[in-house]
Amino acid sequence: MAACGCASYAGPTRHPRGASERIMTRRTMFKFRLYVAADTLNSVQATINLNALCRAHLPGRHEIEVVDVFREPKRALAEGVRMTPTLLKLAPFPTRRIVGTLSQTQRVLDTLGLEADVQ
Amino acid sequence: MKSDRSLAATAPRKAPTGVAGFDEISGGGLPRGRTTLLLGGPGSGKTVFALQFLVNGARYYNEPGIFVAFEETSKRVLANAEGFDWQLAELRRKKLLFVDAQPKPDLVHSGDFDLCGMLATLALQAREHKARRIVFDAMDIVLAMLPNLAARRREIYRLHEWLLVCDLTCIFTLKASADEPTSITQQPYGFMRFMVDCSVILNHSVVLGVSQRNLRVQKYRGSSFDENETPFVIGRAGFDVAIVRLLGRTDADVTNERVTSGVKRLDTMLGGGYYRAACVLITGFPGTAKTTLSGAFAEAACRRGERTLFVSFDSDGAEVIRNLASVGIRLDRFVKSGLLSVVSSRTISGSAEMCLVRIKAIASTNRARCLVIDPVSAFSKPGNELTAHGVAERLIDWSKSSGITLVCTSLLNEMSGQTEGDTSLQISQLADTWIHLNYLVQAGERNRGMSIIKSRGTPHSNQVRELILSNAGVTVADIFTAGGEVLMGTMRWEKESAERVANEVAEVAGKLKRVTLDAQQAELKVRLKAVQTELIAKQVEKTLLASTTASRKAEILRGRVRMRQLRGADAASPRRK
Repeated sequence: MAACGCASYAGPTRHPRGASERIMTRRTMFKFRLYVAADTLNSVQATINLNALCRAHLPGRHEIEVVDVFREPKRALAEGVRMTPTLLKLAPFPTRRIVGTLSQTQRVLDTLGLEADVQ
Repeated sequence: MKSDRSLAATAPRKAPTGVAGFDEISGGGLPRGRTTLLLGGPGSGKTVFALQFLVNGARYYNEPGIFVAFEETSKRVLANAEGFDWQLAELRRKKLLFVDAQPKPDLVHSGDFDLCGMLATLALQAREHKARRIVFDAMDIVLAMLPNLAARRREIYRLHEWLLVCDLTCIFTLKASADEPTSITQQPYGFMRFMVDCSVILNHSVVLGVSQRNLRVQKYRGSSFDENETPFVIGRAGFDVAIVRLLGRTDADVTNERVTSGVKRLDTMLGGGYYRAACVLITGFPGTAKTTLSGAFAEAACRRGERTLFVSFDSDGAEVIRNLASVGIRLDRFVKSGLLSVVSSRTISGSAEMCLVRIKAIASTNRARCLVIDPVSAFSKPGNELTAHGVAERLIDWSKSSGITLVCTSLLNEMSGQTEGDTSLQISQLADTWIHLNYLVQAGERNRGMSIIKSRGTPHSNQVRELILSNAGVTVADIFTAGGEVLMGTMRWEKESAERVANEVAEVAGKLKRVTLDAQQAELKVRLKAVQTELIAKQVEKTLLASTTASRKAEILRGRVRMRQLRGADAASPRRK
């Protein structure tokens, strides 16, 4: 937990103790929640992009929950989701929130703290 | 151009805004169940108007509302709205919902996105609160996040569709450059103006250091509207849009009641005083006793027990009272008793528009029946040239409709000469009674002359009179005309005393003559009596003479008969045969 706390101070990518963090992240389960708006173009795109990204970078250690804002507006309201699609990274800490189709893969990886895995 | 009221009446359903004056301009409010765009620069009052629309909807029209805050947090919007008399906290519990929709600072964008999430959650909230009105404040914040023009357009149309489905009356507020509202068509969200059903532009400009606000309805689908720029102010109750009387509004009640001007002679000159609820204009150069004349009116009004408001732009209230006391107009006692309120320019500042609103507010809280504005020309201070006339017009309109007798003074420019020039406000056209004061410099003296230029509906003197101020009060004196020249001041006094002396001499001579005549008359009477007595004596003598003559005749006749009897019967016997 201490390592996670440090990461939150300095940002997940350019950390001097990146090695130890990498070891930790290799074992950690990634939990995602993707808010979509039914089968609108952007939402479908985001679902495809997220699945591809997880297969490539987090094989076997990711969970994705897809929530339709039209079916469950209460949850969207509770979590302050205004725009769709919105991806929430719930675990590991720190949580992150990305809005859009996730088409800019590099930016998404940076945000999720997965840059090291690309190399 | 004024819109036709009958047209507005047949227009589709409207959601009244409850904003003073705006519903009149728009013929009833904003298009119900449609979208209205509110454009304006920074500080032009977009949020205030939008919020007031919701507040009034919730409070007066039983239409709960949702305020979606994109820029400021709802907490700050609420804190800012504390300054208005809206009782937001109370409304908030049931009928007003504030939704924070500021983009989170840690939000990361990657690729295209849409606003479906917001619409889905808002639809839920609208259902729960039975909302009928919605405001999207600072729509440009959201639009700016969208990657391209196509996406912006798409999202706006999505929102539009959604609003139609939900049947919500909506206001979008959008920033527009203050100086060039027309340039918005070139701006990225300029298309919104074409899409919405109604568009209102708020302007906030500064003219020679004076803040001026106005609004204009740019378009209103399916309805007629007032197309002009209309000034407005933001006061404690929110927006106050200044509307001149619209066509079709009924005239104010007209009364024949007269009120005194406070100067007896002036009342007689006007045939009984000013009309109640009339607008009286007193023009003159500096120092011609305009304030004094209006002070006399105020004092007379207070004496009648009418609440009066005296607005002084020139000097402090206390100074006005002191100065007027020097000419026998004592206002201090009425200030103490609360009948009179004197408001000085120090408490009323800003644009003419603002002044009018303040005056109206003070007058209505004081329930004033008489109002003095000294001078009304203060409205046309630099920076107010464009609005001052309209303000003066509305001032008169307002005072008439609320039955307030208005006396305003107006300073004339010294440079315009001694002619009876019009005021810069052209208020003289609207005034019912126009009294002009001027100086007459003659024989080393400067004297005040007063004349009535016009007085609607009352016979009035056509003479110039001299206005005399003394510690006993204000009096009006006749002036002397001699050889085609008017005499005032000392010359008038000299003329008057000369007249008095001449009068006295004539009077004495008259008395003398009367005495002589009396004596002659008495003498004649005595003589008449003597002659009459003589006449009576003569008449008596004549009567006496007549009677003695008659008795003598009778005596003679009787004597003859007796003599015959005495002489014997022979005289009688032949007759008996």
